[in-house]
Amino acid sequence: MNQPERFPPVFAPPNVTVRGLGVSRGERVLFADLSFEVQAGGVLLLRGPNGVGKSTLLMTLAGIVRPDAGEIEGIGREDVHLLTYQSGLKGRLSVSENLQFWRDMNGATGTQLDEALERVGIGGLAGLEAGYLSSGQLRRLALARLLVSARPVWLLDEPSAALDAAGERLLGALIDAHRGAGGIAIVATHHDLLLAEARGVETIVLGGPA
Amino acid sequence: MSAFRALIVRDLRLAFRAGGEAMTLVLFFVMVGVIVPFAIGPDRPQLTRLAPGIVWIAAFLSMLLGLDRLFRSDDEDGSLGLLQHSVLPLEAVVAAKVIAHWLVTALPLLVATPVLALLLSMSWEQWWRTVLALAIGTPALTSFGAIGAAVTVGLRRGGLIAPVLILPLAIPVMIFGVGTMDQMAGGGATLFLIALSLVVTAFSPFAAALALRTAGE
Repeated sequence: MNQPERFPPVFAPPNVTVRGLGVSRGERVLFADLSFEVQAGGVLLLRGPNGVGKSTLLMTLAGIVRPDAGEIEGIGREDVHLLTYQSGLKGRLSVSENLQFWRDMNGATGTQLDEALERVGIGGLAGLEAGYLSSGQLRRLALARLLVSARPVWLLDEPSAALDAAGERLLGALIDAHRGAGGIAIVATHHDLLLAEARGVETIVLGGPA
Repeated sequence: MSAFRALIVRDLRLAFRAGGEAMTLVLFFVMVGVIVPFAIGPDRPQLTRLAPGIVWIAAFLSMLLGLDRLFRSDDEDGSLGLLQHSVLPLEAVVAAKVIAHWLVTALPLLVATPVLALLLSMSWEQWWRTVLALAIGTPALTSFGAIGAAVTVGLRRGGLIAPVLILPLAIPVMIFGVGTMDQMAGGGATLFLIALSLVVTAFSPFAAALALRTAGE
Protein backbone atom coordinates (compact mmCIF):
# COMPACT_ATOMS: atom_id res chain seq x y z
CA MET A 1 0.00 0.00 0.00
CA ASN A 2 2.57 2.52 1.06
CA GLN A 3 5.15 1.92 -1.60
CA PRO A 4 7.56 4.83 -1.87
CA GLU A 5 6.45 7.32 -4.46
CA ARG A 6 8.34 9.56 -6.73
CA PHE A 7 7.91 13.20 -5.93
CA PRO A 8 10.42 15.40 -7.66
CA PRO A 9 11.99 17.46 -4.88
CA VAL A 10 11.15 20.82 -6.45
CA PHE A 11 10.67 22.80 -3.27
CA ALA A 12 13.05 23.77 -0.53
CA PRO A 13 12.27 22.16 2.84
CA PRO A 14 9.51 24.31 4.31
CA ASN A 15 9.33 25.44 7.88
CA VAL A 16 6.13 27.07 9.02
CA THR A 17 6.27 29.24 12.11
CA VAL A 18 3.27 30.97 13.60
CA ARG A 19 3.67 33.38 16.46
CA GLY A 20 0.99 35.08 18.53
CA LEU A 21 -1.70 34.68 15.92
CA GLY A 22 -5.05 36.29 16.68
CA VAL A 23 -8.04 36.01 14.39
CA SER A 24 -11.61 37.17 14.71
CA ARG A 25 -14.60 36.87 12.44
CA GLY A 26 -16.84 39.88 12.72
CA GLU A 27 -17.10 40.66 16.42
CA ARG A 28 -16.22 37.15 17.53
CA VAL A 29 -12.67 36.42 18.59
CA LEU A 30 -11.84 32.90 17.45
CA PHE A 31 -8.41 32.64 18.98
CA ALA A 32 -5.76 34.92 20.33
CA ASP A 33 -2.07 34.37 20.75
CA LEU A 34 -1.79 31.08 18.93
CA SER A 35 1.74 29.86 18.27
CA PHE A 36 3.09 26.72 16.69
CA GLU A 37 5.81 25.48 14.42
CA VAL A 38 5.79 22.76 11.80
CA GLN A 39 9.04 21.39 10.44
CA ALA A 40 9.62 19.86 7.03
CA GLY A 41 7.96 16.47 6.91
CA GLY A 42 5.65 17.33 9.78
CA VAL A 43 1.91 17.04 10.09
CA LEU A 44 -0.23 19.30 12.23
CA LEU A 45 -3.74 18.19 13.09
CA LEU A 46 -6.30 20.81 14.05
CA ARG A 47 -9.03 19.51 16.27
CA GLY A 48 -11.96 21.01 18.03
CA PRO A 49 -15.73 21.24 17.86
CA ASN A 50 -17.60 22.76 14.93
CA GLY A 51 -17.35 26.50 14.59
CA VAL A 52 -14.24 26.83 16.71
CA GLY A 53 -12.20 28.29 13.86
CA LYS A 54 -10.32 25.39 12.28
CA SER A 55 -11.25 26.38 8.77
CA THR A 56 -10.65 30.03 9.51
CA LEU A 57 -7.18 29.21 10.76
CA LEU A 58 -6.46 27.39 7.50
CA MET A 59 -7.79 30.35 5.51
CA THR A 60 -5.58 32.64 7.56
CA LEU A 61 -2.54 30.50 6.87
CA ALA A 62 -3.50 30.56 3.19
CA GLY A 63 -3.47 34.35 3.31
CA ILE A 64 -7.14 34.71 2.45
CA VAL A 65 -8.23 35.89 5.89
CA ARG A 66 -6.19 38.67 7.44
CA PRO A 67 -5.17 38.06 11.06
CA ASP A 68 -5.68 40.71 13.75
CA ALA A 69 -2.30 40.08 15.28
CA GLY A 70 0.73 37.84 15.05
CA GLU A 71 2.88 36.66 12.21
CA ILE A 72 3.05 33.71 9.89
CA GLU A 73 6.38 32.73 8.44
CA GLY A 74 7.29 30.24 5.79
CA ILE A 75 4.13 30.27 3.69
CA GLY A 76 4.47 32.18 0.45
CA ARG A 77 1.60 32.76 -1.91
CA GLU A 78 2.76 30.06 -4.30
CA ASP A 79 3.73 27.51 -1.63
CA VAL A 80 0.23 26.50 -0.72
CA HIS A 81 -2.29 23.93 -1.79
CA LEU A 82 -5.62 24.64 -0.17
CA LEU A 83 -8.23 21.88 -0.14
CA THR A 84 -11.64 22.78 1.23
CA TYR A 85 -15.18 21.63 0.55
CA GLN A 86 -15.12 24.17 -2.29
CA SER A 87 -13.14 22.18 -4.79
CA GLY A 88 -12.82 24.75 -7.58
CA LEU A 89 -13.89 22.12 -10.09
CA LYS A 90 -16.27 22.83 -12.94
CA GLY A 91 -19.02 20.36 -13.66
CA ARG A 92 -19.08 21.38 -17.31
CA LEU A 93 -15.45 20.52 -17.90
CA SER A 94 -14.14 17.00 -18.19
CA VAL A 95 -12.07 15.45 -15.43
CA SER A 96 -8.84 15.89 -17.36
CA GLU A 97 -9.71 19.45 -18.45
CA ASN A 98 -10.31 20.42 -14.84
CA LEU A 99 -7.04 18.90 -13.74
CA GLN A 100 -5.07 20.30 -16.67
CA PHE A 101 -6.43 23.77 -15.88
CA TRP A 102 -5.15 23.68 -12.31
CA ARG A 103 -1.88 22.22 -13.49
CA ASP A 104 -1.49 25.19 -15.84
CA MET A 105 -2.50 27.68 -13.14
CA ASN A 106 -0.36 26.27 -10.33
CA GLY A 107 2.65 25.24 -12.36
CA ALA A 108 3.39 21.86 -13.91
CA THR A 109 5.84 20.90 -11.21
CA GLY A 110 4.30 17.64 -10.07
CA THR A 111 3.27 14.36 -11.64
CA GLN A 112 1.71 13.88 -15.05
CA LEU A 113 -2.04 14.11 -15.48
CA ASP A 114 -2.71 10.42 -16.16
CA GLU A 115 -0.41 9.37 -13.37
CA ALA A 116 -2.18 11.58 -10.86
CA LEU A 117 -5.62 10.36 -11.92
CA GLU A 118 -4.47 6.74 -11.65
CA ARG A 119 -3.02 7.46 -8.24
CA VAL A 120 -6.30 8.78 -6.83
CA GLY A 121 -8.22 5.93 -8.42
CA ILE A 122 -10.21 7.71 -11.12
CA GLY A 123 -7.92 6.91 -14.03
CA GLY A 124 -10.74 5.56 -16.18
CA LEU A 125 -12.85 8.70 -15.93
CA ALA A 126 -10.54 11.24 -17.57
CA GLY A 127 -12.93 12.06 -20.40
CA LEU A 128 -16.08 12.27 -18.31
CA GLU A 129 -17.64 15.61 -17.42
CA ALA A 130 -16.89 16.32 -13.77
CA GLY A 131 -20.56 17.09 -13.17
CA TYR A 132 -21.28 13.36 -13.40
CA LEU A 133 -18.84 12.41 -10.66
CA SER A 134 -20.03 11.39 -7.22
CA SER A 135 -18.91 13.56 -4.34
CA GLY A 136 -16.30 10.97 -3.35
CA GLN A 137 -14.90 10.93 -6.88
CA LEU A 138 -14.90 14.73 -6.92
CA ARG A 139 -12.90 14.70 -3.72
CA ARG A 140 -10.40 12.32 -5.33
CA LEU A 141 -10.14 14.65 -8.30
CA ALA A 142 -9.52 17.53 -5.90
CA LEU A 143 -6.74 15.48 -4.32
CA ALA A 144 -5.23 14.89 -7.76
CA ARG A 145 -4.88 18.68 -8.03
CA LEU A 146 -2.38 18.53 -5.16
CA LEU A 147 -0.28 15.99 -7.05
CA VAL A 148 0.05 17.68 -10.44
CA SER A 149 1.68 20.75 -8.93
CA ALA A 150 4.29 20.15 -6.27
CA ARG A 151 3.91 22.58 -3.38
CA PRO A 152 5.47 22.35 0.06
CA VAL A 153 2.50 23.24 2.26
CA TRP A 154 -0.82 21.42 2.10
CA LEU A 155 -3.70 23.02 3.97
CA LEU A 156 -6.46 20.44 4.12
CA ASP A 157 -9.91 21.13 5.50
CA GLU A 158 -11.78 17.90 6.28
CA PRO A 159 -9.98 16.09 3.46
CA SER A 160 -11.64 12.76 4.19
CA ALA A 161 -15.16 14.11 3.77
CA ALA A 162 -17.11 11.96 1.28
CA LEU A 163 -14.24 9.48 0.93
CA ASP A 164 -14.81 5.75 1.38
CA ALA A 165 -12.51 3.49 3.40
CA ALA A 166 -10.16 2.97 0.46
CA GLY A 167 -10.22 6.72 -0.09
CA GLU A 168 -9.16 7.36 3.49
CA ARG A 169 -6.25 4.94 3.08
CA LEU A 170 -5.36 6.74 -0.15
CA LEU A 171 -5.43 10.09 1.64
CA GLY A 172 -3.12 8.76 4.32
CA ALA A 173 -0.74 7.40 1.69
CA LEU A 174 -0.73 10.70 -0.21
CA ILE A 175 0.07 12.66 2.93
CA ASP A 176 2.78 10.13 3.78
CA ALA A 177 4.34 10.54 0.35
CA HIS A 178 4.10 14.31 0.66
CA ARG A 179 5.87 14.15 4.01
CA GLY A 180 8.44 11.83 2.53
CA ALA A 181 9.28 14.52 0.01
CA GLY A 182 9.75 16.99 2.86
CA GLY A 183 6.34 18.62 2.62
CA ILE A 184 4.14 19.88 5.40
CA ALA A 185 0.46 19.09 5.90
CA ILE A 186 -1.82 21.07 8.19
CA VAL A 187 -5.08 19.23 8.46
CA ALA A 188 -8.36 20.18 10.09
CA THR A 189 -10.24 16.96 10.64
CA HIS A 190 -12.56 15.04 12.92
CA HIS A 191 -11.35 11.71 11.62
CA ASP A 192 -8.07 10.03 12.32
CA LEU A 193 -5.71 10.16 9.40
CA LEU A 194 -4.34 6.79 8.35
CA LEU A 195 -0.68 7.71 8.42
CA ALA A 196 2.12 5.16 8.34
CA GLU A 197 4.35 7.15 10.62
CA ALA A 198 3.04 8.75 13.80
CA ARG A 199 6.27 10.57 14.55
CA GLY A 200 6.22 14.22 13.61
CA VAL A 201 2.44 14.38 13.90
CA GLU A 202 1.28 17.04 16.30
CA THR A 203 -2.17 18.03 17.36
CA ILE A 204 -3.61 21.36 18.36
CA VAL A 205 -7.02 21.34 20.01
CA LEU A 206 -8.74 24.63 19.38
CA GLY A 207 -11.45 26.03 21.59
CA GLY A 208 -10.56 24.32 24.82
CA PRO A 209 -12.62 25.25 27.87
CA ALA A 210 -12.92 29.00 27.52
CA MET B 1 -0.02 26.17 -21.95
CA SER B 2 0.71 29.42 -20.16
CA ALA B 3 -1.49 30.08 -17.15
CA PHE B 4 -2.92 33.25 -18.68
CA ARG B 5 -4.03 31.46 -21.82
CA ALA B 6 -5.28 28.47 -19.86
CA LEU B 7 -7.62 30.71 -17.90
CA ILE B 8 -9.02 32.35 -21.04
CA VAL B 9 -9.49 28.97 -22.71
CA ARG B 10 -11.26 27.58 -19.65
CA ASP B 11 -13.68 30.50 -19.45
CA LEU B 12 -14.43 30.31 -23.17
CA ARG B 13 -15.02 26.56 -22.90
CA LEU B 14 -17.37 27.04 -19.98
CA ALA B 15 -19.26 29.76 -21.84
CA PHE B 16 -19.69 27.62 -24.96
CA ARG B 17 -20.75 24.56 -23.00
CA ALA B 18 -23.28 26.57 -21.06
CA GLY B 19 -24.36 27.68 -24.54
CA GLY B 20 -27.59 29.44 -23.83
CA GLU B 21 -26.24 32.18 -21.61
CA ALA B 22 -24.13 33.99 -24.17
CA MET B 23 -26.88 33.62 -26.74
CA THR B 24 -29.37 35.21 -24.36
CA LEU B 25 -27.40 38.43 -24.38
CA VAL B 26 -27.25 38.59 -28.18
CA LEU B 27 -30.94 37.81 -28.34
CA PHE B 28 -31.66 40.61 -25.90
CA PHE B 29 -29.54 42.97 -27.97
CA VAL B 30 -31.44 42.11 -31.15
CA MET B 31 -34.80 42.15 -29.38
CA VAL B 32 -34.38 45.78 -28.43
CA GLY B 33 -33.75 46.51 -32.08
CA VAL B 34 -36.88 44.60 -33.03
CA ILE B 35 -39.27 46.30 -30.65
CA VAL B 36 -38.07 49.88 -31.07
CA PRO B 37 -39.50 50.33 -34.61
CA PHE B 38 -42.84 49.19 -33.29
CA ALA B 39 -42.68 51.64 -30.41
CA ILE B 40 -41.53 54.62 -32.47
CA GLY B 41 -43.41 53.84 -35.64
CA PRO B 42 -42.09 52.87 -39.05
CA ASP B 43 -40.76 56.30 -39.89
CA ARG B 44 -37.50 55.45 -41.61
CA PRO B 45 -35.69 58.82 -41.42
CA GLN B 46 -36.54 59.06 -37.76
CA LEU B 47 -35.35 55.52 -37.08
CA THR B 48 -32.10 56.27 -38.86
CA ARG B 49 -31.63 59.34 -36.75
CA LEU B 50 -32.25 57.48 -33.51
CA ALA B 51 -30.29 54.39 -34.47
CA PRO B 52 -26.99 55.27 -32.70
CA GLY B 53 -28.74 55.86 -29.41
CA ILE B 54 -30.79 52.71 -29.71
CA VAL B 55 -27.79 50.54 -30.54
CA TRP B 56 -25.88 51.87 -27.54
CA ILE B 57 -28.79 51.42 -25.16
CA ALA B 58 -29.21 47.84 -26.40
CA ALA B 59 -25.50 47.07 -26.08
CA PHE B 60 -25.28 48.77 -22.71
CA LEU B 61 -28.19 46.87 -21.20
CA SER B 62 -27.20 43.49 -22.54
CA MET B 63 -23.66 43.92 -21.24
CA LEU B 64 -24.97 44.89 -17.81
CA LEU B 65 -27.13 41.76 -17.86
CA GLY B 66 -24.11 39.52 -18.32
CA LEU B 67 -21.96 41.13 -15.65
CA ASP B 68 -22.95 38.90 -12.81
CA ARG B 69 -21.41 35.84 -14.46
CA LEU B 70 -17.93 37.31 -14.43
CA PHE B 71 -16.81 36.27 -10.93
CA ARG B 72 -19.83 34.75 -9.24
CA SER B 73 -19.55 31.11 -10.27
CA ASP B 74 -15.81 31.11 -9.59
CA ASP B 75 -16.48 32.55 -6.17
CA GLU B 76 -19.15 29.99 -5.38
CA ASP B 77 -17.12 26.91 -6.24
CA GLY B 78 -13.96 28.16 -4.58
CA SER B 79 -11.98 28.70 -7.78
CA LEU B 80 -11.47 32.35 -6.97
CA GLY B 81 -9.83 31.54 -3.65
CA LEU B 82 -7.59 28.93 -5.26
CA LEU B 83 -6.64 31.27 -8.09
CA GLN B 84 -5.13 33.58 -5.49
CA HIS B 85 -2.45 30.93 -5.02
CA SER B 86 -1.80 30.40 -8.70
CA VAL B 87 1.37 31.42 -10.46
CA LEU B 88 -0.49 34.41 -11.88
CA PRO B 89 -0.95 37.52 -9.77
CA LEU B 90 -4.61 38.20 -9.12
CA GLU B 91 -4.45 41.24 -11.40
CA ALA B 92 -3.51 39.00 -14.32
CA VAL B 93 -6.24 36.55 -13.35
CA VAL B 94 -8.76 39.39 -13.55
CA ALA B 95 -7.33 40.58 -16.87
CA ALA B 96 -7.64 37.11 -18.38
CA LYS B 97 -11.20 36.79 -17.15
CA VAL B 98 -12.10 40.22 -18.53
CA ILE B 99 -10.70 39.29 -21.94
CA ALA B 100 -12.66 36.04 -21.96
CA HIS B 101 -15.78 37.85 -20.80
CA TRP B 102 -15.41 40.43 -23.58
CA LEU B 103 -15.03 37.67 -26.18
CA VAL B 104 -18.16 35.96 -24.92
CA THR B 105 -20.44 38.93 -24.28
CA ALA B 106 -19.29 41.78 -26.52
CA LEU B 107 -17.93 40.15 -29.65
CA PRO B 108 -21.26 38.43 -30.41
CA LEU B 109 -22.93 41.85 -30.22
CA LEU B 110 -20.57 43.15 -32.90
CA VAL B 111 -21.43 40.17 -35.04
CA ALA B 112 -25.13 40.81 -34.53
CA THR B 113 -25.01 44.48 -35.57
CA PRO B 114 -26.00 43.81 -39.21
CA VAL B 115 -29.37 42.61 -37.96
CA LEU B 116 -29.86 45.80 -36.02
CA ALA B 117 -28.64 47.87 -38.95
CA LEU B 118 -31.33 46.31 -41.09
CA LEU B 119 -34.07 46.79 -38.52
CA LEU B 120 -33.16 50.41 -37.88
CA SER B 121 -32.57 51.17 -41.59
CA MET B 122 -28.99 52.29 -41.15
CA SER B 123 -26.83 53.22 -44.07
CA TRP B 124 -23.58 51.34 -44.78
CA GLU B 125 -21.65 54.25 -43.41
CA GLN B 126 -23.69 54.26 -40.24
CA TRP B 127 -23.35 50.51 -39.76
CA TRP B 128 -19.62 50.68 -40.18
CA ARG B 129 -19.41 53.45 -37.56
CA THR B 130 -21.56 51.37 -35.25
CA VAL B 131 -19.15 48.48 -35.42
CA LEU B 132 -16.23 50.83 -34.87
CA ALA B 133 -17.84 52.53 -31.88
CA LEU B 134 -18.85 49.26 -30.25
CA ALA B 135 -15.43 47.74 -30.85
CA ILE B 136 -13.77 50.67 -29.10
CA GLY B 137 -16.36 51.24 -26.41
CA THR B 138 -17.27 47.75 -25.22
CA PRO B 139 -13.86 47.00 -23.64
CA ALA B 140 -14.46 50.02 -21.43
CA LEU B 141 -17.92 48.74 -20.49
CA THR B 142 -16.54 45.28 -19.70
CA SER B 143 -13.76 46.78 -17.61
CA PHE B 144 -16.05 49.03 -15.60
CA GLY B 145 -18.27 46.00 -15.23
CA ALA B 146 -15.40 43.94 -13.85
CA ILE B 147 -14.90 46.48 -11.08
CA GLY B 148 -18.60 46.42 -10.26
CA ALA B 149 -18.73 42.64 -10.34
CA ALA B 150 -15.67 42.34 -8.12
CA VAL B 151 -17.06 44.74 -5.54
CA THR B 152 -20.37 42.88 -5.34
CA VAL B 153 -19.05 39.32 -5.55
CA GLY B 154 -19.44 38.79 -1.81
CA LEU B 155 -23.08 39.82 -1.84
CA ARG B 156 -25.39 36.90 -2.31
CA ARG B 157 -27.94 38.85 -4.31
CA GLY B 158 -25.54 41.32 -5.81
CA GLY B 159 -26.81 40.67 -9.31
CA LEU B 160 -28.49 44.02 -9.74
CA ILE B 161 -26.22 46.11 -7.57
CA ALA B 162 -23.21 45.94 -9.88
CA PRO B 163 -25.03 47.56 -12.82
CA VAL B 164 -26.35 50.33 -10.56
CA LEU B 165 -22.83 50.91 -9.22
CA ILE B 166 -21.16 51.26 -12.57
CA LEU B 167 -23.96 53.11 -14.34
CA PRO B 168 -22.57 56.57 -13.59
CA LEU B 169 -19.08 55.46 -14.58
CA ALA B 170 -20.29 54.03 -17.85
CA ILE B 171 -22.25 57.06 -18.98
CA PRO B 172 -19.22 58.78 -20.54
CA VAL B 173 -18.68 55.64 -22.62
CA MET B 174 -22.22 56.01 -23.88
CA ILE B 175 -21.85 59.73 -24.64
CA PHE B 176 -18.66 59.34 -26.64
CA GLY B 177 -19.88 56.08 -28.14
CA VAL B 178 -22.89 57.79 -29.63
CA GLY B 179 -20.65 60.68 -30.66
CA THR B 180 -18.39 58.28 -32.53
CA MET B 181 -21.37 57.06 -34.52
CA ASP B 182 -22.50 60.57 -35.47
CA GLN B 183 -21.30 61.51 -38.95
CA MET B 184 -21.67 65.22 -38.25
CA ALA B 185 -19.32 65.24 -35.28
CA GLY B 186 -15.61 65.28 -35.95
CA GLY B 187 -13.12 62.69 -34.78
CA GLY B 188 -12.96 64.19 -31.31
CA ALA B 189 -15.50 61.84 -29.80
CA THR B 190 -13.73 58.83 -31.28
CA LEU B 191 -10.42 59.87 -29.79
CA PHE B 192 -12.03 60.45 -26.43
CA LEU B 193 -13.67 57.03 -26.59
CA ILE B 194 -10.34 55.39 -27.45
CA ALA B 195 -8.58 57.18 -24.60
CA LEU B 196 -11.32 56.32 -22.13
CA SER B 197 -11.34 52.69 -23.17
CA LEU B 198 -7.56 52.34 -22.93
CA VAL B 199 -7.33 53.96 -19.52
CA VAL B 200 -10.18 51.96 -18.03
CA THR B 201 -8.99 48.67 -19.50
CA ALA B 202 -5.51 49.19 -18.10
CA PHE B 203 -6.73 50.32 -14.71
CA SER B 204 -9.61 47.95 -14.01
CA PRO B 205 -7.67 44.72 -13.30
CA PHE B 206 -5.91 46.43 -10.41
CA ALA B 207 -9.10 47.89 -8.98
CA ALA B 208 -11.01 44.65 -9.40
CA ALA B 209 -8.22 42.53 -7.88
CA LEU B 210 -8.11 44.86 -4.89
CA ALA B 211 -11.86 44.45 -4.44
CA LEU B 212 -11.63 40.67 -4.74
CA ARG B 213 -8.89 40.47 -2.12
CA THR B 214 -10.98 42.48 0.29
CA ALA B 215 -14.06 40.41 -0.46
CA GLY B 216 -12.23 37.22 0.49
CA GLU B 217 -11.89 38.30 4.10
